[in-house]
Amino acid sequence: MTGIDALAGRGWDPSHPPLVAEHAAGALATKRIIVGYGFWIFLLSDIVMFSAFFAAYAVLRDATAGGPRGADLFDTGNVAIETACLLLSSFTCGIAMVAAQGRRALWFYAAMTVTFLFGIGFIDLEVREFVSLTAQGAGPTRSAFLSAFFTLVGCHGMHVTAGLLWLLTMMAQVFAKGFRPDILRRLLCFSLFWHALDIIWVAIFSVVYLMGVAA
Amino acid sequence: MTHSESDRDRGELSLAPGDEHLGGDVFSEGIWSYVIGLGLATLLTLVSFFIARTTLVWQPSIPVALTVLAVAQMGVHLVFFLHITSGPDNVNNVLALAFGVLIVFLVIVGSLWIMAHMNQNMLPMDQIMQMQR
Repeated sequence: MTGIDALAGRGWDPSHPPLVAEHAAGALATKRIIVGYGFWIFLLSDIVMFSAFFAAYAVLRDATAGGPRGADLFDTGNVAIETACLLLSSFTCGIAMVAAQGRRALWFYAAMTVTFLFGIGFIDLEVREFVSLTAQGAGPTRSAFLSAFFTLVGCHGMHVTAGLLWLLTMMAQVFAKGFRPDILRRLLCFSLFWHALDIIWVAIFSVVYLMGVAA
Repeated sequence: MTHSESDRDRGELSLAPGDEHLGGDVFSEGIWSYVIGLGLATLLTLVSFFIARTTLVWQPSIPVALTVLAVAQMGVHLVFFLHITSGPDNVNNVLALAFGVLIVFLVIVGSLWIMAHMNQNMLPMDQIMQMQR
């Protein structure tokens, strides 16, 4: 609470100018806040990139070139399981972060492992879906609609895959170096990344799958 | 600011904006935010999947309902999972988020708007092909 208070204009009282040292301590944001802010900017730029893919998908949704439409292809049962996987993995990732802050190593490893398993389950379901679509002749080359679909959903899947590699790296780093402040900052970034992927998935299952079968 | 003393003592280990404070039992306090978030997100997801299939409501309202539910769920994720709050130590994060939302809105709504008009004003594709012959 020391940092951005002063930047935000609280903590400054002109009638009682603080001592210099006190003021300096109040004006400096902690490293953790700055790292989190920087990574948040990156995540927002990633979300802006996804918004371009969403715009492309929304525009090309009906450009099926005589091929299958979303309602013919999508299996909402499969999507529901994928959604559950990702939501639960987001939850267990949060548990892992709380455990890391409380320095509870066992809870941390357990929660990270569960997060990984849910994440890999999600990827498995998505790969199966892509393979079955391609086998039905509804691959990305079939129509503009399917190109946009594979680009958008595949890009999210690639992010999740990268996140899984990052997750394993973080477990190894905690194992090798312990809960050092710099490791905790990396964990903060990882958890922000993982939660942001779930936010993008909310948009995907709503816009792509549910609107696809509803329309 | 009763926390400032302990924050300063902890140095770099002090909490990120919006994180729960390390007073008392950290473990159970911190987890509550995620439990509430999980509950709300599950509820909104179930409603979304129900709405998509239902015939109980006027059909053209379904995409609107899905959009509203999705935005609500993103809000839940932002508050309970990412801890983006309206607190004074979170001002920068919220401003960046506002700018991001503006850009996302412009890209998506702008594209849809322009392309819908172009589709309306253009000849259907087969007629264009005939003119090129």
